[in-house]
Amino acid sequence: MSLRLKDVRKSYVEQDGTRLPILGIPEFTLQTGEQVALVGESGGGKTTLLNVISGITTPDAGQVVIGNTDLTKLSEPARDRFRALKIGFIFQTFNLLPAFTALENVLLGMSFSGQKSDTKRAKDLLARVGLSHRLNHRPATLSVGEQQRVAVARSLVNRPALLLADEPTASIDAQHQATVLELIREACHEHNCALLLVTHSAEVAGQFQRVERLKDFNHPQ
Amino acid sequence: MNLVTIAWKSIRQRALASFLTALSVALGVTLMVSVLVVHGIVDRIFSQNASGYHLVVGAKGSPLQLVLNTIYHLSSPVENIPYLYYKELKANPRVQNAIPICMGDVTLEGNFRIIGTSPEFFEVDYHPDKKFRVRGHFLEDDFDAVIGSQVARTNGWNIGSTFQPAHGVADSDHVHEEKFTVVGVLAPTGTPNDNGVYIHIDGFFQIAGHEKPADEAAAKAAAFEVFQQQAGDKKNIAVEPTPEPEPKPAPAKEKHDHAGHDHHGHHHHELPDEQKEVTAILVNAKHITAAIQLRASINEGPYAQAAVPFQEINWILNNVVGNVRTLLVIMTALILVVSGVGIFVSIYNSMADRRREIAVMRALGAQRGTVFAIIFLESILLCVGGGLFGVLLGHGMVVIAAPILEVRTGLLIDPWAFEKLELVILPVLIALASLVGIVPGMTAYRTDVAKALHA
Repeated sequence: MSLRLKDVRKSYVEQDGTRLPILGIPEFTLQTGEQVALVGESGGGKTTLLNVISGITTPDAGQVVIGNTDLTKLSEPARDRFRALKIGFIFQTFNLLPAFTALENVLLGMSFSGQKSDTKRAKDLLARVGLSHRLNHRPATLSVGEQQRVAVARSLVNRPALLLADEPTASIDAQHQATVLELIREACHEHNCALLLVTHSAEVAGQFQRVERLKDFNHPQ
Repeated sequence: MNLVTIAWKSIRQRALASFLTALSVALGVTLMVSVLVVHGIVDRIFSQNASGYHLVVGAKGSPLQLVLNTIYHLSSPVENIPYLYYKELKANPRVQNAIPICMGDVTLEGNFRIIGTSPEFFEVDYHPDKKFRVRGHFLEDDFDAVIGSQVARTNGWNIGSTFQPAHGVADSDHVHEEKFTVVGVLAPTGTPNDNGVYIHIDGFFQIAGHEKPADEAAAKAAAFEVFQQQAGDKKNIAVEPTPEPEPKPAPAKEKHDHAGHDHHGHHHHELPDEQKEVTAILVNAKHITAAIQLRASINEGPYAQAAVPFQEINWILNNVVGNVRTLLVIMTALILVVSGVGIFVSIYNSMADRRREIAVMRALGAQRGTVFAIIFLESILLCVGGGLFGVLLGHGMVVIAAPILEVRTGLLIDPWAFEKLELVILPVLIALASLVGIVPGMTAYRTDVAKALHA
């Protein structure tokens, strides 16, 4: 499933009423199964771009087309449902829910998509990221690397067509960075899932065939 | 994973705050249940026992005190009336049963009231269609005693146990020499009868000190004769003159063989009727019209009053117990409202910390309605869980308080008696939870996902 942004514009209104343009993207595409590293300066609009692509935030103008679906034409509940079924999300700070075990955190992704909980698939994914022995541990008892691996498993549980990763290795040590990155890329490859990975790290970006600089295609006005 | 499970796990995540919040609801419900159960018990017991007899006849004074003292063994004893009056009333053609009640003594153990009465007491239903059942036998000999089930349980008495009455109704230091033997233990009735110790009236009159002084008795007898004469002239009073019935010994006494057992320390002295007094007379008229006529004529006379138990108890229930209950229910309802505010504050305050969690759920695909439902369900679970715990706790408190209440009031209490009004508690709690869950739920609903995720 491909991603295409067309004439996307997004701005925020500041407290004093002035308009702050963040995004101005005439064209951006991502092919099915393609893996792209997105680099850019802090405050450059990377996170806003991910939010627009995932349907969390609606653009002021333009189209966000995933597969054959234009997210900007969908109602909010329909966007939520689409996100749950088709888009995986990995956050910089993992964002595991503290009340739930590793297994339950993975299953939550299924619950919100309206699918029947498939415990076997959730366990398989956790096994795939090397956490078979930590299924019933809560996030507070997991190491940083383990938490991020749970987040990876959670993002893949619904077999998404597009995986959005917002600096997924920024909070983990160098030793685990490579492991987690490899895990994400392999998982996307296995599932033929497109990957858009935001990073500040030149080392991380260097592992991708396609690296996009936000300022090269984003011209907010 | 369904929404209830998600809500429950969120509650567990904040275990202490959730527990304290639910506990505040539980305590409110506990109070409400206790009030309802105790009131229900009091209401049932009073209503049930009030319908046993048409009239209670006793000395002039407070009819309420007369009823409380005679039927419920509560309140302080009333003045006595002449035994001759009882005999006249018993002979009245309008009267079906007239049962003498003599009070003034208690047991040393347990301070249970001792009631001197005739064997006929046990022949009359204590409640319509409910007859006394006894293990052993009813009163036959002068020094026989039949005890209520609660007395047997509390004092550990059984058939063959003996006791000496103590004078007075509380903390008496004068113990009579006469010894009574338990010949029967009543099956539980759920009435104050369970707390009674019944002795034969003839035995009661044989207890030293129970006779009226001879000179005083002679004066009263003379006055009563005058009263009888006037009654005969006017023909409009309770005690209509009737031929003096042939003296008839009690059937049991006729058959009694004294050879078989010992009357420990009894001073057999037949007391003249003039020196006998009774505390009250329980009366069933032959029909309700007769009861009304009887009551009117007794109350017109100078010697006694006739109280209608049902009326007196209704007065208490409507004017005292009912008002107290209403007040307590209002107070506990207010406590529940305060508990509801507690739930609101607890959940609402937690929303600031949970904004990110909610945003993560939304990013994972949870719809606004879903996160609203999760927060709303938390409120319902806390309220209903706390409420159900409160119902158990409320009945538990009554279980603990029951023996104390029984001893202090003489009322038999079933702690597990379920009040219909308790059924209202659950819907009320759900309504309360819904009310207090709306605002935090809306906060979750309105969470700005993008802002909260990167805050």
